[in-house]
Amino acid sequence: MSVAAVAIPEREKTSLPSGRLGMWWFLAGELVIFGGLIACYVLYRLKHADWAEHAAHVLWQAGAVNTIVLLTSSLTIVLAFRSVDEGNYKKAANQMALTIAIGFLFVVIKTFEYTHEIQAGITPKTNLFWSFYFLMTGLHALHVVAGLVAIAVVMIGVRKGQNLQRVEYVGLYWHLVDVIWIFLFPLLYIASG
Amino acid sequence: MTSPDLAVEHKEPGFIGKYLFSLDHKMIAKQYLLTGLVMAVVGGYLAYVFRSQLAWPNQPVWGYGSVGPDKYNSLVTLHGTIMVFWVAMPVLLGGFGNFLIPLLIGADDMAFPRLNMMSYWVFLLSTVVLVASFFVPGGAAAGGWTFYPPLSGDPSYTGVTWGGHLWLLAVALEFVSVLMGGVNFLTTALNMRAKGMTLLRMPLMVWMQLCASVLFMLSVGPLVAGAVMLLLDRTVGTGFFMPKAGGDPLLYQHLFWFFGHPEVYVILLPGLGVLTEVIPAFARKTIFGYKAIVYSTLAAGALSFIVWAHHQFISGIDPRLAMPFSLTTIIISVPFSIVIFSLIATFWGASIEYSSAMLFAISMLAEFLVGGVTGIFNGSAAADIYLHDTYFVVAHFHYTLFPAAILAMFAGIYYWFPKMFGRKMSETLGKLHFWTTIVSFNVIFLPLFAIGTHGHHRRIYDPTQFDWLKPFQHLHVVATIATIVLLLAQIPFIVNFFRSMFAGEVADRNPWKATTLEWTAPSPPGHGNFDRPITVYRGPYEYSVPEATDDWLPQDAPA
Repeated sequence: MSVAAVAIPEREKTSLPSGRLGMWWFLAGELVIFGGLIACYVLYRLKHADWAEHAAHVLWQAGAVNTIVLLTSSLTIVLAFRSVDEGNYKKAANQMALTIAIGFLFVVIKTFEYTHEIQAGITPKTNLFWSFYFLMTGLHALHVVAGLVAIAVVMIGVRKGQNLQRVEYVGLYWHLVDVIWIFLFPLLYIASG
Repeated sequence: MTSPDLAVEHKEPGFIGKYLFSLDHKMIAKQYLLTGLVMAVVGGYLAYVFRSQLAWPNQPVWGYGSVGPDKYNSLVTLHGTIMVFWVAMPVLLGGFGNFLIPLLIGADDMAFPRLNMMSYWVFLLSTVVLVASFFVPGGAAAGGWTFYPPLSGDPSYTGVTWGGHLWLLAVALEFVSVLMGGVNFLTTALNMRAKGMTLLRMPLMVWMQLCASVLFMLSVGPLVAGAVMLLLDRTVGTGFFMPKAGGDPLLYQHLFWFFGHPEVYVILLPGLGVLTEVIPAFARKTIFGYKAIVYSTLAAGALSFIVWAHHQFISGIDPRLAMPFSLTTIIISVPFSIVIFSLIATFWGASIEYSSAMLFAISMLAEFLVGGVTGIFNGSAAADIYLHDTYFVVAHFHYTLFPAAILAMFAGIYYWFPKMFGRKMSETLGKLHFWTTIVSFNVIFLPLFAIGTHGHHRRIYDPTQFDWLKPFQHLHVVATIATIVLLLAQIPFIVNFFRSMFAGEVADRNPWKATTLEWTAPSPPGHGNFDRPITVYRGPYEYSVPEATDDWLPQDAPA
């Protein structure tokens, strides 16, 4: 049964477009997942002073480089957003491609770290610190990979000048991934004692 | 057409597009509703099997066979899991939320129809995973519906390996599905309202669904993390919650109940939402204290985040923590009392029509009151130390969840059935269904309060093993016979539901003479819901208005 389309002239709505609003709710949900995980880690860490000697074995240099890498990719996605605003879709798509490349570099460095640790005999079972390390960075890395796929999908649209509002939404998600890393890096790599 | 998100698709979908991969919120709602009802039959069957074991220990159960202690644990675990996550949530949120939110606010569909479809398909996948867990070697999960480690943290402790993994996976998928639904509910209600539908003109059902979605979204995250950690403990062999590896099982309890207590309200609020629509329509009165109900609901939602440790009074938490959590628990009954008293006050001086929907709504209030009042015993730490994990607790939470999920669900189905299918359900069968359901329900759970106060622990599979429990065995028999009656009492409902769908009395747009917007749409509403533009001029419950020609004014009646 089909009723003829009715164009509803006006709606009561918030000042945010639906896509952005939906994205914020989604990010709020993500935030509590990582928030819960970080809270668990912090509570355990305060109880286990002995984790410091395990934490001393993380490759903090790799983590530091990765922090800079991920922050740079946040910059390029913002530049893409600005290029869309200016109507320069080709430039925007290129900036998104650059974001994907830098994000991929992050994953490569992370893989290098995991390889180094596993070759040294360190696995999630070694100690609770390493369980948290692999779980938190692994879950974050999954989010990075998901973000790379999402940016690629949006980029294909932008090249054709379609669904331009999605650049902002995928950018919001990418910032979240970035912010979570900003918490993980000090907690896992540079906290001692 | 001013912007792309207002476009209504003209294309008439084929069979697959209409019934399977539908983007229409009403069809998705029916998919959720039917899946939930099918799972209710599964959950009810499990209850029949383990209640039979309790009444007549170690006798083969008709339709199942002999139970045995390991299977008994699986049965109670899956009964609880299914009833909370696969019946209450899909029916109240997925079913009623999807069907009603766009209709009640005057929208043509959800804000994100594809996300909506995806949330149902993820839910269906979670259902398949859960049902499959019955048939894997070792059977279904047996760690209790709360799945506490260390019991659940190592498969060798319960003897169930794959059943437990699949249980965690199914629950995680179900959470993802509800999260996707919640994003949709919130965005739709905030951005898709018809002209004139201000926030404080929204029917209370929409407020309840919104509050439930926010509660779910903000509480489930830590448990998602906890579920992943527990799954790693079980599969990889990490020790997040295992004392032997330095982990802390108490942490899981905190994560579980930080979600688990708001979850009670995620179920309760939509149930109360059904009442806020049904009661004014059959009492022919505006609801008492609309704003008081809205603000109390928000207050209760906020408080629900700081009561969780009342589930853990005997788990070894710091005794200094028990007192504050006792206090917040007792404080949270204040906003809920305001809601309940407002609903009761709506009856004052009303001309009440005792339809099936109204009978279920009234009984939901009455039975929930019993659940709420017995909750005060559990919430007080001193009393809880004695009552914890007895049948008193079992009776208490069935007196809260059965009214909130099952009675409110029936009230809602009898009330909105004409809008869903264009035909009315039979009132005669409805009343038969009501009286048999409500009497047998009370006969099951009143005896359980009694045996609980005598100290009968809830997880004993054969009570006749203990001499001091033998005097209460006849109460187990009474409760089990009543369980069988309760299940048989659903036959009139099932007959009524499917017969009325095709042969019921044809309903017009507004069979109950109700005021909210769904009744201005055709029954059943077509694609795009409304056949004329909607503008809202007034609040949702304008019944018994003296100047109106009928005794009521719909929300879109011009001022």
